[in-house]
Amino acid sequence: MNDTLLKTIFGRLTLESLPLHEPIVVATFAMVAIGGLGLVAALTYFKVWGYLWNEWFTSVDHKKIGIMYMILAIVMLLRGFSDAIMMRAQQAMAFNGSEGYLTAHHYDQVFTAHGVIMIFFVAMPMVTGLMNYVVPLQIGARDVSFPFLNNFSFWMTTAGAVIVMMSLFIGEFARTGWLAMPPLSGLAYSPDVGVDYYIWALQIAGIGTLLSGVNLVATIVKMRAPGMTMMKMPIFTWTSLCTNILIVAAFPVLTAVLAMLSLDRYIGTAFFTNDSGGNPMMYVNLIWIWGHPEVYILVLPAFGIFSEVTSTFSGKRLFGYSSMVYATLVITILAYLVWLHHFFTMGSGASVNSFFGITTMIISIPTGAKIFNWLFTMYKGRIRFELPMMWTIAFMVTFTIGGMTGVLLAVPPADFVLHNSLFLVAHFHNVIIGGTLFGMFAGINYWFPKAFGFKLDKKWGTVSFWCWVVGFYFAFMPLYVLGLMGVTRRMRYFDDPNLQIWFVIAAFGAALIAAGIGAFLLQIFVSIRNREALADHSGDPWNGRTLEWATSSPPPEYNFAFTPIVHDLDAWYDMKDRKHERPVTGFKSIHMPSGTGTGVVLAGLSVAFGFAMIWYIWWLAGLALAGIFATTIFHTFNYKRDFHIPVEDVIASEDARTRQLATQGA
Amino acid sequence: MSAIPMKDGLNETEKVSFYDIEEHEHPDGASTMLGFWMYLMSDCLIFAVLFAAYAVLGNSYAGGPSPKEIFELPLVAVNTAMLLFSSITYGFAMLSMEEGRQRVMQMWLVFTGLFGLAFLSIEMYEFANLIHEGAGPTRSAFLSSFFTLVGTHGLHVTMGLIWLVTLMVQVQKHGLIAANKRRLMCLSMFWHFLDVIWIGVFTFVYLMGTLR
Repeated sequence: MNDTLLKTIFGRLTLESLPLHEPIVVATFAMVAIGGLGLVAALTYFKVWGYLWNEWFTSVDHKKIGIMYMILAIVMLLRGFSDAIMMRAQQAMAFNGSEGYLTAHHYDQVFTAHGVIMIFFVAMPMVTGLMNYVVPLQIGARDVSFPFLNNFSFWMTTAGAVIVMMSLFIGEFARTGWLAMPPLSGLAYSPDVGVDYYIWALQIAGIGTLLSGVNLVATIVKMRAPGMTMMKMPIFTWTSLCTNILIVAAFPVLTAVLAMLSLDRYIGTAFFTNDSGGNPMMYVNLIWIWGHPEVYILVLPAFGIFSEVTSTFSGKRLFGYSSMVYATLVITILAYLVWLHHFFTMGSGASVNSFFGITTMIISIPTGAKIFNWLFTMYKGRIRFELPMMWTIAFMVTFTIGGMTGVLLAVPPADFVLHNSLFLVAHFHNVIIGGTLFGMFAGINYWFPKAFGFKLDKKWGTVSFWCWVVGFYFAFMPLYVLGLMGVTRRMRYFDDPNLQIWFVIAAFGAALIAAGIGAFLLQIFVSIRNREALADHSGDPWNGRTLEWATSSPPPEYNFAFTPIVHDLDAWYDMKDRKHERPVTGFKSIHMPSGTGTGVVLAGLSVAFGFAMIWYIWWLAGLALAGIFATTIFHTFNYKRDFHIPVEDVIASEDARTRQLATQGA
Repeated sequence: MSAIPMKDGLNETEKVSFYDIEEHEHPDGASTMLGFWMYLMSDCLIFAVLFAAYAVLGNSYAGGPSPKEIFELPLVAVNTAMLLFSSITYGFAMLSMEEGRQRVMQMWLVFTGLFGLAFLSIEMYEFANLIHEGAGPTRSAFLSSFFTLVGTHGLHVTMGLIWLVTLMVQVQKHGLIAANKRRLMCLSMFWHFLDVIWIGVFTFVYLMGTLR
């Protein structure tokens, strides 16, 4: 076989692309391969492929899609966290002439992959998963506006995650940092496949994110139960609405800017190059016009969760509901007016920097209002210290610290000193872990019984909680100190031995967090094992206030046999308070969307397309693209996309619920 | 909070009703128009970014040609006319759809498609000429942003044409059923949206470029 033929078939993919010379990667690959084969073998042995395909992969049920998002996020959390612990270990070791155990080539990939994975494939799917699961239930709907799109969005996100994971074993990932700033990410300085992996993973996952944003906005605007006016919407639904508006209004910018970067790399245009009139700072501006709203996309749903949790576990109506709504809206708008604070050092002058410094500080006002609302909700409340509430309190303390360092960074002269330092790294981990991640754990512990019909084990949950919280402080407080001493981020080796102790403390913190993740997995395992003892038959284990607690746990496929009518902000609390009677007769058949495998097929073809583009395998790219078009057009020829759940089935499941409630004495 | 007075006849049966017992089936596609609008607006943002890039890079000729030297306004005027005509004929198609005249509608859609095709052909001719003259997208940042903005619009028109043909087949197969009408309405919004974008391109890129 001659070279041209090989190049035509495999593009730039050669045997050397496999990282056989990197023992760490080979060992990881061996582990993943053995684990994966074991999983496939087990699934085949227990004959669950058909079940998975029919009941999960092709399902358009928002609840199942929500759960699949969560599983994706937890799996990717393990990957993203292994990157984190590798960095912490390297930085704790690489002193006094020791080079540590990671080469620069490898280390740069690790910190890039860590950022990309944690934001796009852990935080985003977790947020989307919770919104997907909870929002339709909270507004009394039976599904989302576009059920097929929902399934398609999930699979596109997964396709992006698959492409990132591929880069671990075939070729390499970007070595540019998580935003792939040019000219470093241009072809001249990153000629290999890393940045291409980055681009295609994000573009493909981005389609999913955007469509799921459109879907949830339409759902919230159009599908609320009768009586639920905008100002009677649960606060989590409000924050979800704002988050999804941000998604629809921010992700196209990412799509466009990455498209321009790929044109630079693939056909040699001059958008962000050093020569031919290109302007790399335009990339920085554009990516942060997406990037800053993105951080609010991640944190607003968490704010919503904390609001639900605080009011439920304080046994009180949320303090200052309307101020909470307006604070959320103000944050949504301000999210677009602060992007330049990410690069004060660009040199745009005092006036511009002052403007963006001030808008940034203003954001702390609505955020502070929220903190006070939560505190006043707790004030004189009958607080129950269940796991969700514990996470909420940890959030309030931690996030306030992170918010304050954020305001400090918003002062341009201070930023000139702290820019690109570990102080910044400490700050954004402080708000993303302390805000989003703690929020997600609060949400998981809060809604798990709704999704599965049993609570999560409190003992292991508490262990996980303390490991996470204490681990967080150990891991990131030293980074503030180091940052103030002027240590810059993304360094693999340090000369000054005095710094080592701080990195050792940080590594200890990372180890504690590892224990926290372990305890969380154990918590799920133990809870599944003890599910009989932890079972909740009432559907309302926390004495909840919003509509998701009005139905059984887990809810039937159709969520509500009869759509609830809303009279009050805390609709379910109102129903309980005024002794509503759950109808036990007169059921009708229910109109539902039917499942389809099109989403899986399209996502699979997208992986093939992305892979082919990364490796310059043009024939495969063309073929995959043609396949994507053909599948899409074929899908539109299917006009029968719904079915009716027969009335007998509705009666059967509702009668079971009636009996279940009777055993509760309700 | 137990004594909230009920308004709007909710208490017709004396008791407050908490469940919609007499619920009617919801029509399919009730959210489609809203959802499609949001998609269009997000698409509009992609164009906004490309316009912004053109605004930033439009003067960076890197020693290459300037707009004045390469734009042929008469050609672009003809091109613009093609796209505007296609929008008018799509409008006629929608009027016929409302009247339930399927054959007439299909005829107008054919015209729409032909005008769209003419637009694309002229655009490709223009692009080919430019590249031939050495004014391709890699020549300067100005040309990069020009080709990307105009090309992205062209790509959208291409997608619109594929969609148009698909829909015509579907109308032929199933007639003017509600689902097809909804789809025709979406494509209509898409098509007119592309027209609006083109007006921006024509003014901002071609006219202003020649004036500069």
